[in-house]
Amino acid sequence: MTRPRLRTLGLLCALAVSALSTPLAHAGKTLDTIKQRGNIQCGVSSGVAGFSLPDSQGRWSGFDVDLCRAIAASVLGDPNKVNFVPLNSQQRFSAIQSGEVDILARNTTWTLTRDASLGLSFTGITYFDGQGFLVPKKLKLTSAKQLKNAEICVQSGTTNEKNLADYFRSQNIKIKPVVFEGFEASFKAFFSGRCQAYTTDISGLAGVRNKEAKNPDDYVILPEVISKEPLGPAVRRGDDDWFAIVRWVAFALIEAEEGGITQANIDSIKADSKDPAIQRLLGTGEDSGKLLGLDRDWAYRAIKSVGNYGEVFARNVGPNSVLKLPRGLNNLWNKGGILYAPPIR
Amino acid sequence: MKRLPRLSTILWCALAALLLWPLFSWAIVHAVWIPDIDACRAARGVGACWGVITEKHRMLLFGRYPYAEQWRPLAATVLILLVLGGASWRRLWQPRLALGGLLVLGLAVLLMRGGLAGLSTVNTKEWGGLPLTLLISLGSTLLAFPFAILLALGRRSPLPLLRSLSTSYIELVRGVPLISLLFMAAFLFPLLLPAQLRIDILPRVVLTIAAFAAAYLAEVIRGGLQAVPAGQAIAAKALGMRYSQITLFIVLPQALRTALPALVNSFVGIFKDSSLISIVSLHELTGALAISLGGDADWRSFYLEGYLFIALIYWAFCFTLSQVSRHFEARLAHSRQKPQPEAAG
Repeated sequence: MTRPRLRTLGLLCALAVSALSTPLAHAGKTLDTIKQRGNIQCGVSSGVAGFSLPDSQGRWSGFDVDLCRAIAASVLGDPNKVNFVPLNSQQRFSAIQSGEVDILARNTTWTLTRDASLGLSFTGITYFDGQGFLVPKKLKLTSAKQLKNAEICVQSGTTNEKNLADYFRSQNIKIKPVVFEGFEASFKAFFSGRCQAYTTDISGLAGVRNKEAKNPDDYVILPEVISKEPLGPAVRRGDDDWFAIVRWVAFALIEAEEGGITQANIDSIKADSKDPAIQRLLGTGEDSGKLLGLDRDWAYRAIKSVGNYGEVFARNVGPNSVLKLPRGLNNLWNKGGILYAPPIR
Repeated sequence: MKRLPRLSTILWCALAALLLWPLFSWAIVHAVWIPDIDACRAARGVGACWGVITEKHRMLLFGRYPYAEQWRPLAATVLILLVLGGASWRRLWQPRLALGGLLVLGLAVLLMRGGLAGLSTVNTKEWGGLPLTLLISLGSTLLAFPFAILLALGRRSPLPLLRSLSTSYIELVRGVPLISLLFMAAFLFPLLLPAQLRIDILPRVVLTIAAFAAAYLAEVIRGGLQAVPAGQAIAAKALGMRYSQITLFIVLPQALRTALPALVNSFVGIFKDSSLISIVSLHELTGALAISLGGDADWRSFYLEGYLFIALIYWAFCFTLSQVSRHFEARLAHSRQKPQPEAAG
């Protein structure tokens, strides 16, 4: 019986503390700047299939792009109020530090070094990636452990190069890495027969196999995943309010999938649902937006504009895209994956 | 004896035809000209896919500039080319027209930038492609040239302070790679400055390239200055001319004439160096190629054709520049040989 009262007390304390530190309605400097500017500066990669790419008319699409659009819909009410800033891997961190971009959604791996020393904070994991191997089927390989003395094509300056060396050292297997400067160069060399295997993140492997191979069925992806590559958006350190918004918009998309809310059915669910969790999410119940410095429809607009997490996945990297990646780890926690969003309440 | 060279000519031609035939067959005979991805895939390895240029030409030429507004960079490019064409016509070399040329260049920048006369403002970060390459190389050359003359004169100045300042500037800047200067200008500079004093990225980059190019141009001009016989200045002094008059009317014209071939060489260098700015997120020709093809899993395979297209543009500009300079050299050499009427009378 004492528990609800304790919880209320705890909430009140937390509210009091946050009220003392910052006025409640006033959410962070970044949000103010964005509202004043009228758009979000979203740092993306200058072209990674499935994650962010401009089409021939310059319209951006992709997994990372959709996340920024969802945040723009949530914060500014319009998914198109985003300016996509293509960044290469050298400049991405300085761009977020110097304030050139508000969010870095550039399929960037969350690591301790990056989190602790680069002046930025990762808001969560939106895509669980890992490094794998692509080999020609005719070699009849079933495991990466059979790659003894094999030459393996890899792109230089990436975490892939380091992971490759680490993995085979730990397995006590000798391999010969063949290092290439560019992404294209590395897979072109593999397909021309320069190496027996090609390694990069699995999301990249699928695209390369499906699009670059003369006959995709001649190549297989080995089962070993030799590294953890959790990808997620990052924001500049020091603005916790903005951090919370970016984090919770991503969570809202996952929650929406869990609750069965899609771009198509969201309006009818919003009108009919009596489930308090869904009402909180869609703004018809308890106001969940106020605590983030947003209005009560913040999550509704995000889901309405890009769909739930599953729809974003399917459209950009899943079955409806050129990559055709399986959900794998990126499935909901109750469907065999590890996606798990904290409750919105 | 006379037939021998003829025979060797035939042999050489046959050899050249033999070597060039595969290239011709690839680039022309079996090439795919329509933007049809399936046709391009079918022709892979046999014929070039020029369809990729047709499909992506807007992105390649104008980068990330908003699609609907791309008539503005087109008009700006035409204006810049008109000014360049006018500048290479000797008869138009008048102070009044030079000022007019600068005004037209200013108009081109205004057209790109917008924000007045009903044109929407387009942030410089979204400029790209050919107009950006032209504006950056032209802008930095125009700024670098007067600065380089001052540096060259300073390095030959009898005043020790001026001399050592100029010398150390030139040696310092020449000892640093342009890419590191660009990186500092783009990312370090905004971190050091307070937020209110933020200078736009484009002027920052233009000033950096100008400061860099000035050091090289200064050395070229100094070479020209050294080639002017000392007697010229002494004679002018004997006639009662002041230092500024001697420099402006006697020494500099002769020095620049001598240095012309080397100067043009440097200008070509600046034009091509402008491709380095793609590392700081400004997508001129090379950068525009990267964002238009990099993430597109369909068209990514035809990078080579994209590079050849860009190379053709660079070549056309550099070749025209060197032709114009050869024309001037010939004229100047001619006028130098002509006996002076005063001397004759």
